[in-house]
Amino acid sequence: MSTIAHTFADTSTMLRRQLKHMLRYPSLTVMLVGMPVVFLLLFVYVFGGTIGDGLGGPTGGREAYLTYLTPGMMLMAIVAAVQGTAISVAMDMTEGIIDRFRTMSIARVSVLTGHVIASVIQSFLCIAVTLGVAIAIGFRPDADPLGWVGLAGVLVLISFGLTWLTVGLGMAAKTVEEASNTPMPLMLLPFLGSAFVPTESMPTAVQYFADYQPFTPFIEVVRALLFGKAVDGTDLVLTIAWSLAFALLGYVISKKKFNKR
Amino acid sequence: MNNSKPLAIQARDLTKSYGDNAVLGGVDIEVPEGTIFSLLGPNGAGKTTTVNILTTLIPANGGEAFVNGANVAHDADAVRKSIGVTGQFAAVDGLLTGRENLHLMGRLHHLGKRETKRRTEELLERFDLVEAAKRAPATYSGGMKRRLDIAMCLMGDPKVIFLDEPTTGLDPSGRRVVWSIVRELVKAGTTIFLTTQYLEEADELADKIAVLNGGKIVAEGTPEQLKRLVPGGHVNLRLARADQVARIAQVLAGNGDTDQLTVQIPSDGSVDSLRKILDTIDREGVQVDELTVHTPDLDDVFLSLTGHVPAQATA
Repeated sequence: MSTIAHTFADTSTMLRRQLKHMLRYPSLTVMLVGMPVVFLLLFVYVFGGTIGDGLGGPTGGREAYLTYLTPGMMLMAIVAAVQGTAISVAMDMTEGIIDRFRTMSIARVSVLTGHVIASVIQSFLCIAVTLGVAIAIGFRPDADPLGWVGLAGVLVLISFGLTWLTVGLGMAAKTVEEASNTPMPLMLLPFLGSAFVPTESMPTAVQYFADYQPFTPFIEVVRALLFGKAVDGTDLVLTIAWSLAFALLGYVISKKKFNKR
Repeated sequence: MNNSKPLAIQARDLTKSYGDNAVLGGVDIEVPEGTIFSLLGPNGAGKTTTVNILTTLIPANGGEAFVNGANVAHDADAVRKSIGVTGQFAAVDGLLTGRENLHLMGRLHHLGKRETKRRTEELLERFDLVEAAKRAPATYSGGMKRRLDIAMCLMGDPKVIFLDEPTTGLDPSGRRVVWSIVRELVKAGTTIFLTTQYLEEADELADKIAVLNGGKIVAEGTPEQLKRLVPGGHVNLRLARADQVARIAQVLAGNGDTDQLTVQIPSDGSVDSLRKILDTIDREGVQVDELTVHTPDLDDVFLSLTGHVPAQATA
């Protein structure tokens, strides 16, 4: 077998290992899915009536807020899933089996890519559950088939970028506790972006930050695709650029840490 | 020690330090194919560091090492192809079952489905893990985990196996099982590099022992050669009366301890020397409650070379 074929074979072996871990240890996945769902229900049913009126749309109220909030919660689902990535990577690194892998003639990167692909799958699970709950309580997306394909592509890209970033954070963490803390700032970014309220309603300084941080373009692209609207070109470019930058940064950190351990 | 067998492991002047802390200060190792080599030393001597360098886990700062003819620094992948490693802590996947752990190894060695299955079942059988195969290693005893660990390193049919303190934490029966596994492997032509802090283990298994202390090899040879290094043989007498201790010690040129009622007499443990001691006791008319003969063992070697009291195998 050639090197590339080996890399593919080893990656698929490692992916199977991760998927089995997910099945054997479902409480982590359940906990991760829980977060965006709780946020969704909390914000729609507790704050939604008031915030919805403040959105200034034609209808207002809880229903309008559900429509506004759902795209952001889909991003929140990715953030929740990638937090789990950092934890499971750090946990994995404490296991003796990683040292065994490092003394074997395998494609080393496959240990990491196995984590990344499994985590992207987990992200999609979280997104699907969150979107499902949103639809169950009255959310009505309005995308054509091509829009759904585009949406899936964008979500894969974003979760790929954020997953590599958190694999890097998980590798860089000295303990599992540290790994569960370092991705925390990611949780704040949707709040300081357009997930919960439009950025125009924020004070100037906060709005400036909100407009230029990665989650606002992420959320706006998802929002546009969900409702079959034209995607803003700048937002799309920013989404692609940020995702690839995160992926590259995470890849470089993880590779360095993996070889050095 | 020159023989015609090719070397499976060869290290020259290996050094390793972390900052100012020198862990290895020039280690030379030669292990002929198909033999058991034991690196013996107290905790912190540098045993695991040596294993980590030879198994390509960490680079050495100086010197060079070859495993199966491949340079560990420049040709790590070739080294990895021919070795199996069982580290100090069981390197098994705690969330997969025993069988799945072996399957994982088979896939990573690209053995193919049928061969992976065949070897898995064979190893489960051989290491008495058939019943445990469906369970996760978290439910295993220490000995079972270790057996699974060694089975996993055999999936790739390695020529050289590194066992880093393979019996640490095992009960005596678990230790014996590991020993018999090691002996069988060598019979089949595998080379074994074993680290241990148990003298009994090195004595029991190794063709050649190197004593590592403070990052340097302080003695090397067969167990017998090492024992000869230490002139530690003596006969211990325990007398019935304290007032006779000094007299006997003087006549037999030994060391007396009036409080303990003992006299220690240097001796090679031969029948002749024992007869001389017994004759003297008779002649002096001294009542002796107990006589023990102490021939030098690796404990004496270890103690005199490292200044450490050796770890107790039964601890």
